[in-house]
Amino acid sequence: MTLDRALHECAVLHPEKTALVCGDRRASYAEVDGGANALAHGFRALGLERQQRVAIYLDNSVEAVQGIFGTLKAAGIFVVVNPQTKADKLAFILKDCSVRILLTSSRALAAVAGELAGCAELAHVVLADGLAKTESPETTALQEGGKQLHALNDLLAQPRSLPANPTISLDLASLVYTSGSTGLPKGVTLTHLNMVSAANSITTYLRNQPDDVILSPLPLAFDYGLYQVLMALRIGATVVLEKAFVYPYKYIELIAKEKVTGLPIVPTISAILLNLKDLEEHDFSSVRYLSNTAQALPVHHIRRLRSVMPNARLYSMYGLTECKRVAYLPPELIDSKPTSVGVAIPDTEVWIEDDHGRTITAPGDPGELIVRGAHVMVGYWNRPEETARALRPGRYPWERELRTGDLFKQDADGHLYFIARRDDLIKTAGERVGPREVENVLYEIEAVKEAAVIGVPDDTLGSAIKAFLALREGMTLTEAEVIKHCQRRLEKFMVPKHVAFIDELPKTSSGKISKRGLA
Amino acid sequence: MNEQQLRTEIRQFVVNELLMGDEGAMLKDEESFLETGTIDSTGVLEVVMFLEQNFGMTVDDRDLVPENLDSVNSLVQFVLRKKHDA
Repeated sequence: MTLDRALHECAVLHPEKTALVCGDRRASYAEVDGGANALAHGFRALGLERQQRVAIYLDNSVEAVQGIFGTLKAAGIFVVVNPQTKADKLAFILKDCSVRILLTSSRALAAVAGELAGCAELAHVVLADGLAKTESPETTALQEGGKQLHALNDLLAQPRSLPANPTISLDLASLVYTSGSTGLPKGVTLTHLNMVSAANSITTYLRNQPDDVILSPLPLAFDYGLYQVLMALRIGATVVLEKAFVYPYKYIELIAKEKVTGLPIVPTISAILLNLKDLEEHDFSSVRYLSNTAQALPVHHIRRLRSVMPNARLYSMYGLTECKRVAYLPPELIDSKPTSVGVAIPDTEVWIEDDHGRTITAPGDPGELIVRGAHVMVGYWNRPEETARALRPGRYPWERELRTGDLFKQDADGHLYFIARRDDLIKTAGERVGPREVENVLYEIEAVKEAAVIGVPDDTLGSAIKAFLALREGMTLTEAEVIKHCQRRLEKFMVPKHVAFIDELPKTSSGKISKRGLA
Repeated sequence: MNEQQLRTEIRQFVVNELLMGDEGAMLKDEESFLETGTIDSTGVLEVVMFLEQNFGMTVDDRDLVPENLDSVNSLVQFVLRKKHDA
C-alpha cells in the first residue's frame, strides 16, 4: 500500500485521534489527511503533473507534513530541504530535480528569493504563513520573472475529499538529498515500495503500536526524522514533532506531559541530556524504547541511559539514506554487545565482502557491507555514474545490490560491527558531510591557498569537522574569520569546529593533497 | 549597566553570533529564536557562554528553558533577574 493511502486508511479508522503535536497545535488524523487532500487538489490546480517534484523548505510543522502527503496524493514526488540550507544550495537542488512547486515560509523566502529566479522549472511558491509579509524587491522580481506566489490557506480551502490517485508502489515517492564525495548533493531516489518496505521493517522490530507516542526533534529533511512521521502515520500512532532539540528541559517535560513511549535520538541529544545533573529526578516511566542511529552511541552513554530508563528497550541501529536502514541490535543484547549494530533488519539480507567480492564469514575480518532488500533505492537522481558505483549487478541477474561503502566486521554469532567509511565522508551530529563541500567553501576565502577537511573524534558530535589551511604568502586569517565565513555559507553541522593553520599541506607523489597523517 | 545597554549588547550578540552578522535578519525583541530557526542545540551553548563571560553570571542546568533564553526580551529579563538575586 502506498504511503499516502495508509494515512488515509488511518484517518478513516480513527479520524479524531491525534496524529501530530507541534507546539500548542494538536492535529487529528482527519485534519492531517483532509489538509493533505486539499493540498493535492490545490497542487493539481497549479498544474502539478504525475511524478513532478514539490520541494518542502519548512521547519518541522503540521504544514510540512501536509505538504509531504499532499504531494503524494497528487501523485507527485516530495523533496524535503532542511530549512538551514543556504540559498545557493537550495537553488542547486531545485534545479537538479526540476522542482515545480516550492512550499516554504515568508521568512525563508526573503532569504532565498534572489537565487530562485534562476530556477527555470519552478513555477509556484506556496507560503505556509500567507502572503502578508512578502513585500520586498526580491519577491517582486520573482513575480515579475513569472513565478507565482500563493498562500497555503488558499490551497487548504480546496475540497477535503480524497483525490483520485493513479500512483502504484513502483512510482517514486521522494528524493532525499545527501552529501556526496564530489561536493555536490545528490538525490537518493525512492519509490513508495522502497519507503513502505523500510517503514514496515522498522516498525516490526521496534514493536511499534497504534498507542505509541513518538517524540521527534529530528528535521524532516533527515531521513531518520522523516521516517518517524511516515512510520507513525502508517500505523495510527502519534508524533510529537518538535522544531529542533534546543532546550533539554522542554524535551524532558514533553516526555512526561505527552506520555511519550518512543525516543528516537542521535548521540548529540544523549550527550546534552546526560550532562544534566538532575536527569535521574525526572519521570521517564512512559518510555518503551529509545533508538539511536547515524553514529554509534558511546558505551558510557548507553550505560547511563540504561540506568536512567531501565525499562526502556534501547536500539542501536545502522543505516544509510540509500536504503534507509540496514541493521539493528536486538535490545536484549545492548548490555552484552554495546558496540555492535547487530543483525539485518527484517526482510533484508546483508553480508561482508573482501576486495575481490568474496563473502567473508570469518569473525573479525573486515570488508565492505553489501545490502539486498526491497528498500534499496532506485539510484541517484540524474547521476548514472554514481548510481552504477553504489548499485552493482546482483548475484541474481534481475536485481541490483547496494554497496554501502562502509567497512564492517562480524563476531562469531554473526553480529555486525561498524569499522569505518571507505571514502572520506564525515559523520557529524548525525549528518553525513562530504569534505569537498566544506573545502570548496574554504577556498572562497582569498587568503586560503590550500585546504583539507577531515573528521576528528568528538564525544558529543561523534566526529567533529577539522579544517587544515595553508595561507597565501603575506596574508593573514584567524580561526574566527574562517568559522564566520563557513557559517554564512554552510549549514551549521558542516561548519568546522577546529581550524589549524600549517605552512603547507602534505602531498602525494603526484602532488595531490594527502590527508593521511592529518589529525 | 542599565537595561538599555544590556539590551543593546544582547542584540549585538544575536546579530554577530546567531545571525552571522546579517543585520537584515535581526528579529524583533519578542520573537522566538526557536520558532524563527535562529538557534539550535549548539546555539544554546553559545548563548550560555556569552551570558557567563559577559555578565559574570552562572547559568545552571535548570536555567536552560525557553522562558529564560528564547528571545532578546527573555534574555534581558533573565540577566536582570539573576543580577537581582545575586
